[in-house]
Amino acid sequence: MSEFKTIDARNTFCPGPLMELITYMKQAEVGDMLELLSTDNGTASDVPEWIDKVGHEMISSEKVGDVWHLKVRKLK
Amino acid sequence: MRILVVGGGCGGTILANNLARRLANEIRGRKVRLTMLSASDKHMYQPGLLYVAFGQMMPDELYRDQQSLLEPSIEFHVDPVEAFHLDQNRVTTKSGRTHEYDVLVIATGSRIVPEEVPGLVEGSETFYSEAAAVKMFKRLREFEGGKVAIVVGVPHKCPIAPVEVTFSLHDYFKTRGIRDKVHIKYHYPIGRIHTIENVAKWAKPEFDRIGVEYETLFNVREVDVENQVVKSEEGTETEYDLLISIPPHRGMPVIERDQMGDGGWIPTDRYKLTMEGHDNVYVLGDTTNLPVSKTGSAAHFEAEVVAENISSIIKIGTPVRDYDGKVYCFIEAGHDRATYAMFNYENPPDLKAPNKSMHWFKMSYNKMYWTSVRGLL
Repeated sequence: MSEFKTIDARNTFCPGPLMELITYMKQAEVGDMLELLSTDNGTASDVPEWIDKVGHEMISSEKVGDVWHLKVRKLK
Repeated sequence: MRILVVGGGCGGTILANNLARRLANEIRGRKVRLTMLSASDKHMYQPGLLYVAFGQMMPDELYRDQQSLLEPSIEFHVDPVEAFHLDQNRVTTKSGRTHEYDVLVIATGSRIVPEEVPGLVEGSETFYSEAAAVKMFKRLREFEGGKVAIVVGVPHKCPIAPVEVTFSLHDYFKTRGIRDKVHIKYHYPIGRIHTIENVAKWAKPEFDRIGVEYETLFNVREVDVENQVVKSEEGTETEYDLLISIPPHRGMPVIERDQMGDGGWIPTDRYKLTMEGHDNVYVLGDTTNLPVSKTGSAAHFEAEVVAENISSIIKIGTPVRDYDGKVYCFIEAGHDRATYAMFNYENPPDLKAPNKSMHWFKMSYNKMYWTSVRGLL
């Protein structure tokens, strides 16, 4: 798979962006790449922290306008 | 105009009753036909399961006959859908019947899948079904002390349940006079103790006050039943004597079988509540892939929007409302106190201090639900 699957978690408070990412990560195959969209500034630190601890790969993180774009790859 | 509602849970029932009233003249004049298909002739009040798990409600209090909740003009069949043929505007059912439609509403809900975590079925107690809730209560009654661990699967229905069950466990053991013999440890998948920031800010000092230990960034990977150890994806472990789980969920098998959405969650427009690529198909409640809570409350507010829009399309040819992401959740806070979280896509919840009035309102709502699901409240 070479494309990113987009998870639109903009303007959501419950279950929230990281919980959405975990949901989609469980459904993904090893090697799949996901892009999380979030308007919650906390996501910029929450997602890398979890990705690092659980052992997946953080590809990139950037803010475009009001929206964070976080790209990750499932490694296990 | 043939309107077909698939699913007789909270969302489907509120929607059908609301539509039956809005379109009473059209149904009477045979211009509209409203049909519901459900997997069961019973309707369960699912939030009551938490009370069953603590001996505060009996299972028979959770049920009503589905037919008794529906407006008489709704044609009701206990006959679950086996296949959706969206390109042909028809479904086929378990009995072999075919139902054609002009407008379809899918409200099939979600199901627990604890079997996806090795050891979780054998090793943990939960309250997400009637049998499980009764079993959990019997286990709690027998428990004389030790280590209680609470773990949370993703995704899960009722996001408030993890903190509610924790407060309830504290209260239960305190009432039995054995709280000092019980160590409670709460585990949560993300980096704070609840996904809603304001709930986390409120619950953390409450956990500290009542002596509940917590570990965050804990996604349950497996349960070693023999050695009574629960292990996380993040590489940590917790020993337990009694393990309480919020199981992971999926949508219904028919949704996955017909390739309508990964995990059984149907891609849905967050404002129109239509299925992506199908303007005559609406999706409600747990069945959507929307980033909103999987709760009866979300299904309720979504159902009101969809009913109003289907009705207005029939009457004036256009929808009139968007869903704004509204959710309202009671939060049982222990010691006969409760609060609530209300939010939408734009506004986060502003939590108030728990009080006894909200608890008694929730206890009343446990009965008022039957009025609500009829679309009267």
